[in-house]
Amino acid sequence: MAAISANCHRDIDLPSATTPRLLQRTETDWPGYRLVVREPLRLDCGVDFGLFTIAYQTYGNLNADRSNAILICHALTGDQYVADPHPITGHPGWWLTMAGPGLVLDTDRYFLICANVLGGCMGTTGPQEIDPATGKPWALSFPLISVRDMVRAQKRLIDHLGIDKLFCVIGGSMGGMQVLEWAASYPDSVFAAVPVAAAARHSAQNIAFHEVGRQAIMADPDWCEGHYLEAGRRPARGLAVARMAAHITYLSEAALHRKFGRNLQDRNAVTWGFDADFQVESYLRYQGSTFVDRFDANSYLYITRAMDYFDLAAEHGGSLAAAFVDTNSRFCVISFTSDWLFPTSESRELVHALNAVAANVSFVEIETDKGHDAFLLHEPELFATLRGFLNGCAEHRGLARA
Amino acid sequence: MSRGATLPLALAVPDVSTPARDRLRRDLRVIADMIEPGARVLDIGCGDGALLHYLASEKGVDARGVELSQSGVNACVTQGLSVIQGDADSDLHAYPAGAFDAVVLSQTLQATRQPRRVLETLVRIGRRAIVSFPNFGYWRIRLGLAAHGRMPVTTLLDHQWYDSPNIHLCTISDFVALCGELGVRVEKSVTLDRYGRPFALDPRGSLANLLAEQGVFVLTTGND
Repeated sequence: MAAISANCHRDIDLPSATTPRLLQRTETDWPGYRLVVREPLRLDCGVDFGLFTIAYQTYGNLNADRSNAILICHALTGDQYVADPHPITGHPGWWLTMAGPGLVLDTDRYFLICANVLGGCMGTTGPQEIDPATGKPWALSFPLISVRDMVRAQKRLIDHLGIDKLFCVIGGSMGGMQVLEWAASYPDSVFAAVPVAAAARHSAQNIAFHEVGRQAIMADPDWCEGHYLEAGRRPARGLAVARMAAHITYLSEAALHRKFGRNLQDRNAVTWGFDADFQVESYLRYQGSTFVDRFDANSYLYITRAMDYFDLAAEHGGSLAAAFVDTNSRFCVISFTSDWLFPTSESRELVHALNAVAANVSFVEIETDKGHDAFLLHEPELFATLRGFLNGCAEHRGLARA
Repeated sequence: MSRGATLPLALAVPDVSTPARDRLRRDLRVIADMIEPGARVLDIGCGDGALLHYLASEKGVDARGVELSQSGVNACVTQGLSVIQGDADSDLHAYPAGAFDAVVLSQTLQATRQPRRVLETLVRIGRRAIVSFPNFGYWRIRLGLAAHGRMPVTTLLDHQWYDSPNIHLCTISDFVALCGELGVRVEKSVTLDRYGRPFALDPRGSLANLLAEQGVFVLTTGND
């Protein structure tokens, strides 16, 4: 996900099929760490998935008690580069507003960990990697993964790092789903849980938008039934359209109106054609075209599917409260007034389930017109809330002040 | 009802006066003194968290809150208190029976849509419910209405009739009657004058209903 930025709505054409921009996959040069997991992971789809890699990044220092670790869970198209430049695009880290020295996720005080999710395309094993059994990219023979599988993989990493209890697990959107899964699956390993702009299940509307995106990818002839890497092609147009459709859902009508209105792009009148006459079109095309440089189309299919399948209540006999029956974690649930993708009502339902087990919960709805993407943006109320919550938790956890 | 003048004096044993306690609103001091150290407490309508903060820092209470206003919730969470955005009518039903040692509803009952149902919920989810509310039988209110024929505006009821959140006002006698109807036991009660000082009057008597500006009641289901 990316936020609206003022200087990025240049007029850019959609990527064309004749000039595929292949990713420069020199992963070994990318910053961060790799963990090779040898013991197979039993996935929700029933497959025992063995020998896979988790790519992760860390910031700050783990204290002697190993009690100051914060796991950051990234969203659908996010990655482990929370606070340093993206190795492909060179763009700044996606949560620089939040993570760094003296910031809310204070690297002078906490040890931050972020791992690329299972099925991702930034170093953790996903459908673009080589299947050792065939010597070819996994493509659609990669097993379907769930949010719970992503969390199981992260648990292996946390165990590897020798951390019994994470001070906090935090994430927005799909990251928030992982936070909830962590709290439900490993209650003793989570001191504090912060799901932001999230829900305990993916709604019908959200599944519908994901399906539009997947169909756009699969309708692109360059997708080659998923085997585009072997064919030396990339379904860039389909992936760009998927991104454009999804991007609208991350914003709000008010934010789009405020930013673009009906303003024209570098022209005084409409052209009576299908160029990007309007700034909002130009902006979306730019979002689509830059996305395909950094993201794998099959990963997009797999990760959107994992979100669609996410239903925490269904995992616990139909009762959301049952998912949290063993919890001792302190929760801070945060939603945004203009987020129609993960609306406040979903967060409130989650809060009621946590109330049903008398869990320690804070719930804040932040007033903003920036839509779902607000969690990535400069939102002083969000920062103040989280800072207060984390300070309170740190006090209870016995962490020294920075 | 008995009219023994010594009845509420069990309550007149306040905690030691400290600067932190003195900063609390008078009725909140009375409520705070009723709460055991280390208890698990839910404060409904907790405002900016003054009572919760006092209970957590001075009495080691596991303090939780519910607050309707966004600014209040944010102020609470920002100071590290566990507070959810919600209201007494809609956001209490999910809590299990006996989830809290004490549930506090201070100066809020009269602003709920269904005070009867709220009261039932309070005594279900808390082993004790501590409820404070403005007494509409207070003589200044009666006099204001009788002499001037205008809706009363007092220090506790400080809104004009057209913008008041207080939609279900009652007298102390009304409240006691409702507790009787619901089979709710009044474990303790105290009435306060306009300066927030406790009266040595039977809170359930008609004199208290005339002289007290507010009442503080400790309720249980009567089952224990």
